[in-house]
Amino acid sequence: MNYNWNWSVLFEEEYLGWLISGVGWTFAVALVAWVLALAVGVLVGVGRTLPSKPVAFICTAYVELFRNVPLLVQLFLWYFVVPEIVPDDMGRWLKRDLPNPEYVTAVIGLGLYTASRVAEQVRAGINAVGSGLTNAAYANGFSTAQTYRYVLLPISFRLIVPPMTSEFLTIFKNSSLALTIGLLELTAQSQQIAEYTFQGFEAFTAATVIYVVIALGATLIAQLLEKHTRIPGFVGKA
Amino acid sequence: MITITDISKWYGSFQVLADCTTAVEKGEVVVVCGPSGSGKSTLIKCVNGLEPVQKGSINVEGIEVTDKSTNLTKLRARIGMVFQHFELYPHMSVRENLCLAQEKVLRRSRDEANAKAEALIDRVGLLPHIEKHPGQLSGGQQQRVAISRALAMDPIAMLFDEPTSALDPEMINEVLDVMVELAQDGMTMMVVTHEMGFARKVADRVVFMDDGRIVEDRVTDQFFDHPESERAQDFLGKILNH
Ligand SMILES: Nc1ncnc2c1ncn2[C@@H]1O[C@H](COP(=O)(O)OP(=O)(O)OP(=O)(O)O)[C@@H](O)[C@H]1O
Ligand SMILES: [Mg+2]
Repeated sequence: MNYNWNWSVLFEEEYLGWLISGVGWTFAVALVAWVLALAVGVLVGVGRTLPSKPVAFICTAYVELFRNVPLLVQLFLWYFVVPEIVPDDMGRWLKRDLPNPEYVTAVIGLGLYTASRVAEQVRAGINAVGSGLTNAAYANGFSTAQTYRYVLLPISFRLIVPPMTSEFLTIFKNSSLALTIGLLELTAQSQQIAEYTFQGFEAFTAATVIYVVIALGATLIAQLLEKHTRIPGFVGKA
Repeated sequence: MITITDISKWYGSFQVLADCTTAVEKGEVVVVCGPSGSGKSTLIKCVNGLEPVQKGSINVEGIEVTDKSTNLTKLRARIGMVFQHFELYPHMSVRENLCLAQEKVLRRSRDEANAKAEALIDRVGLLPHIEKHPGQLSGGQQQRVAISRALAMDPIAMLFDEPTSALDPEMINEVLDVMVELAQDGMTMMVVTHEMGFARKVADRVVFMDDGRIVEDRVTDQFFDHPESERAQDFLGKILNH
């Protein structure tokens, strides 16, 4: 193979700028989508464990829908199809006036998809706490809301830190799909550098290293979190 | 104080409770016993509405537990319950276990709740352990904390569901002692247990269940000395002979 390695392109001002901007968008999509995924995922996950049949049904439907349609398809649906099927005024606004539509769409698509996965973890965590403690909390005089707030959620959140870490890593990796709707995040920028400089190996190596560093950082934070919230003498039933 | 009238309950087509009727007067201690699967836990959980019944009625101090409009949360705050597996909040210290419901349900001040918690924990001899988490205590200690947690709510009655069944033999007495003391202080108690020594010592009546039915409901001495049903005779024979 006759390949001219040239790592210095990565540090040329223009291309370095692209990489940094790519990292910026990757973080912007992943983190904001994560906040959305947590908010929706906790609600839906809790909803699936509630005694109310209709609420549990709606939440189950949400999970099945968003978890089973491929993320790429969901992004296309949000980006290309939704603006066409909403009422005319809204569609026009989405197409013409929505600021930064690629970014907003990526956040919503990735956030709502990841929410279905978060919801499953939350539900599993709550179920792992068990009915004994739930009964004890009710017997102690707590309402359903208080039982969740003070007993079920604090315990289940601790139980699900490890699987949630892996979801958090996945949201960074999945954010690269946003390039398909035109968002210039990290993968898209490396691809662009490759096209401009013909130094594809360097560009994608850079992207790989950055993804790995993000993953290691997130894992480290998760381990600290786990240590910090560990319950003395408690071994989870999960 | 607790009146159970003719209640029946089904899980699907399986009948767990069949026409059960009994009562616990104020200050009375009633022991519920019977073979495994006879419906003891289910019966006691119906008293504070943890389990609904399909037929019959339960009344606690004039409040219809089985009435759909009854505020069960409010009622449960006034009835203490102790479980076989303790069910302490594992993520909280002993102190927080005792204070949480006092503050969030009864709206007591932090100081008031703390004072109550310390007094109760001291009574069961665990004051040095008050900042520990449940997982750091032995089973017997955890159950004493669980009893204190229930008492912190100043309950009008206490329900116990096999409070010593999950304990190592050497820890049973430390829990029974607390319960005996409670009984002697005049607490209204409904206790599911196989500890017949405890029953003989403090129970006013013994309710014997089999197959979802209340087979005997007798004054304690009569139950032990002259059990009427064959089932109860059998049961006593087995349980007292080892
Ligand atoms: N949620 C449930 N769904 C279906 N069946 C149940 C449920 N809970 C209990 N049962 C059944 O109801 C019957 C009575 O159960 P219960 O727990 O009240 O018995 P118990 O007298 O307390 O027994 P043990 O001494 O083993 O605690 C048992 O046959 C049990 O299998
Ligand atoms: Mg039982």
